[in-house]
Amino acid sequence: MPAIARLDDTRPAVATGRNVLSGALLGLGTAAFADEVIFHQLLHWHHFYDRSTPAIGLVSDGLFHAFSWFATVAALFLLADLRRRAAFSAARWWGGLLLGSGGFQLYDGTLQHKVMGLHQIRYDVDLTAYDWTWNVIAALLVAAGAALLVRARRTP
Amino acid sequence: MTSPVPAWCLATVLLGTALLYLLGVVAVRRRGGWWPAGRAACWAAGHVAAAAALLGPPAHAAHHDFTAQMTGHLLLGMITPLLLVLAAPVTLALRALPVARARTLSHLLASRPVRTLTHPVTAALLNGGGLGALYLTGLHRAMGEHAGVNVAVHAHVVLAGYLFTAAIAGVDPAPHRPGPRVRAAALIAFLAAHAILAKHLYGHPPAGVLPADARAGAQLMYYGGDAVDLALIVVFCRQWYRAADPRRRDRPVTPRIPHQRPPRAPWRLPAPVAADRG
Repeated sequence: MPAIARLDDTRPAVATGRNVLSGALLGLGTAAFADEVIFHQLLHWHHFYDRSTPAIGLVSDGLFHAFSWFATVAALFLLADLRRRAAFSAARWWGGLLLGSGGFQLYDGTLQHKVMGLHQIRYDVDLTAYDWTWNVIAALLVAAGAALLVRARRTP
Repeated sequence: MTSPVPAWCLATVLLGTALLYLLGVVAVRRRGGWWPAGRAACWAAGHVAAAAALLGPPAHAAHHDFTAQMTGHLLLGMITPLLLVLAAPVTLALRALPVARARTLSHLLASRPVRTLTHPVTAALLNGGGLGALYLTGLHRAMGEHAGVNVAVHAHVVLAGYLFTAAIAGVDPAPHRPGPRVRAAALIAFLAAHAILAKHLYGHPPAGVLPADARAGAQLMYYGGDAVDLALIVVFCRQWYRAADPRRRDRPVTPRIPHQRPPRAPWRLPAPVAADRG
């Protein structure tokens, strides 16, 4: 099996989409996993479930939890498939990964925390600094991912 | 999960199904066939998991011990079905039975009712719906009061779990099984329902369960469920990965479980470089 494929013209056309998809799925899964381990289990900043969460927040959380768990495994198998076909493109894959992790964090920080009131980043403190840090990091990840993808497109 | 059925009765049933599989393996071998030992080990391990849930500590814990019940639920509803599905009992039956009976069985499996029942969406609804009915209605309380309800719930947990696992990532022949997208969607929907139910139980204990006990049990359901689901997702993705192999087209079609033991490539030292022979 070849190592990371060199950029050449024999690469199948479908590979761009698959590289971005594999990276984005793993990014989403990693961000969700990091959120769970760091903020729920190590820091205990988030609650497993506080009773004030409305039903829509609970459903959104459950669906995202299930999807991200599945996405993590599926992304790794997709990556193995890309390597098997010698169609792996590092720039596109990393671009997808940053886009996926930033996108999840932005969704979690704005819609899930603020609009649906799922839970807050931390309790009994002034949330302003936490919310801004959370969402600015997310926006930076998205911007970096998009920049990588645009650059990968310009340099075939 | 306390059981009103005497332990010897459950043990007899479990021993019976384990022996039936063994008889199948013997029948296949007598005909000169081969059956992978790993599959038989899966069948045995599935029976050990079921015995642990029905006869072990979870069965002896008080009815009010929610965490112990949840351990039983994980063993009986998720781990046992996954192991039994990986043992490929239908493939074994098709190979062990005489041709006429095997044909009847394969006709039965292809019939419309069985096809509907083994569709991923039906199986996910049966499995998730059963869980919802158990913990969100009065069924949980009725289980402790009526022996019949108790037996029916246990049977449903194992059967619906098996049906769902087989519909998502079964290794037995399933000619009418929908494509990977439908199966992935059904799997994700079920995982989500499982996670939502676990969080709901954390905040809203079932009747007769203490809040602290419900919280411990709900977290076990959430994280334990994730651990077993990880195995199920890996099995599912591995099947896709093997089916999508680009070199597959060049190879002749081989059955998933060959009739004869595949030749084992002997291990050899790497060939020495020509210059070293000098």
